[in-house]
Parts: sequence; C-alpha cells; structure tokens
Amino acid sequence: MLTLPRAVHDHMVAHCLVGLPDEACGLLGGDLDTGRATTCYPTRNLAASAKLYTVDPKEHLRADRDAETAGGSIIGVFHSHTHTDAYPSPTDVAQAPDPSWHYVLVSLRDTEPVVRSYRIVDGAIEEEPVHLLGR
Amino acid sequence: MPVQVNLPTVLRPQAGGDRSVAVEGATVGEVLTALVAQYPGMTGQVIDDSGSLHKFVNVYLNDDDVRYLSGVDTAVGATDELSILPAVAGGAFGPGAPRRP
Repeated sequence: MLTLPRAVHDHMVAHCLVGLPDEACGLLGGDLDTGRATTCYPTRNLAASAKLYTVDPKEHLRADRDAETAGGSIIGVFHSHTHTDAYPSPTDVAQAPDPSWHYVLVSLRDTEPVVRSYRIVDGAIEEEPVHLLGR
Repeated sequence: MPVQVNLPTVLRPQAGGDRSVAVEGATVGEVLTALVAQYPGMTGQVIDDSGSLHKFVNVYLNDDDVRYLSGVDTAVGATDELSILPAVAGGAFGPGAPRRP
C-alpha cells in the first residue's frame, strides 16, 4: 500500500497538470518499509514529450540526498499519462528500476485526474491501494 | 585510499542493506569494478562486460555526472563520494495505448 498525505498527492497532481501537454514526472520521498510518502519532488522531464519521460538525473541526485538526509529514501516515481489510462505501459515496465519502489501513474485523460499506484517486480504489474491522508 | 560509494535502494540488499560502502580505487572504473568484486550480486547492474557504465545507471562524482567528466576514467580521491542512482524513465509511448486489462 502507498500512503499519500493529501499535500503530497496535490503537489504531484498539480505538477502533472502544469506539465501539459507533455508528460510530467517526479519522485516520492518517504519510508520504504511502510510505504508512506512524505515529500513530492517534482522533476523536469528531460524527454519533453507527451509520450515519454526521463527524470532529470541532477534533480534525482538532489532529491535522493534530501530524502536520505531526512532519514528516508526515494520510495517511488510518478508520471502522467496525458491521453491514456493510469496503468503502466510496456515502456514503464521495461524501465522500472527498482522492485521495492512504488510506481504512481496520474492519468489526465479525463476531466478529473486519476491516481493509481503499482508494484512492478520482474516485469509483473500489481496494483496496490493508495491511502490518502487528510482532506 | 577507499572512496565512499552511496548505493541506490535497489543495490543495498546486495551489500547487506548498507546505504554506502567504502571501496578502493583511483578511478571511477576501478572503484566500480572493485565494488562488484566485493559484492558479486551487483554483477551486470553497474558496469557491463566491457567495463563501461551500465546504460540504465547514473554515477556521480560528488555533484557531477561522470558521463560529463571522463566517464570510467575519471580520477577519484579519498575525499570524493561516488553516488550511484538508477536512470528513471518510461512513458505511455507509441500508438498502442496502454489500457487497463
């Protein structure tokens, strides 16, 4: 399960909306053991594309250091799908870097953004519940 | 002199769960080769068979991506830190729009 404080959720969705018409991406910092995210790290999409994303490596390094300094780590990545479901694409699965991470998809296809989270282990996709904290 | 190497979460299990390890070497390539020799579970995940950086890994010497320095030939000293992070990418891609099965 991924636990998302409302502020982290809203920061993530806002970054995805601002990134339109391209895909937007970022990292989540928090506690890997409990799956609780505490920080949203919006990053640049170096691919600058509506169909692909690449997290800016320099921003990844900064986010990683910040999360580690806070006693946690990077626990996952989020990105938007601008015209498709909030479901990992073959590209997402092929390039998923860490089986312990949470892979969050924000679909902007419909009027209301749809947020879903997945685990990707050895190419197998499993959706997990997203627990929103706060109002 | 050993150099501190900061590991990404995906490689920590191969190093007994440690966030960082100390590894000997005078260049980035030497350090990474020694790292894999020390923790064989990392074989194929950091450097490839030819000794080049793995395509899906970014390595930083302090704040700088070593690909923009001299790659695996970049010199390192005892006060330097190497950080390994996965390259993070993906996307909806292609016309075969991914849909919930």
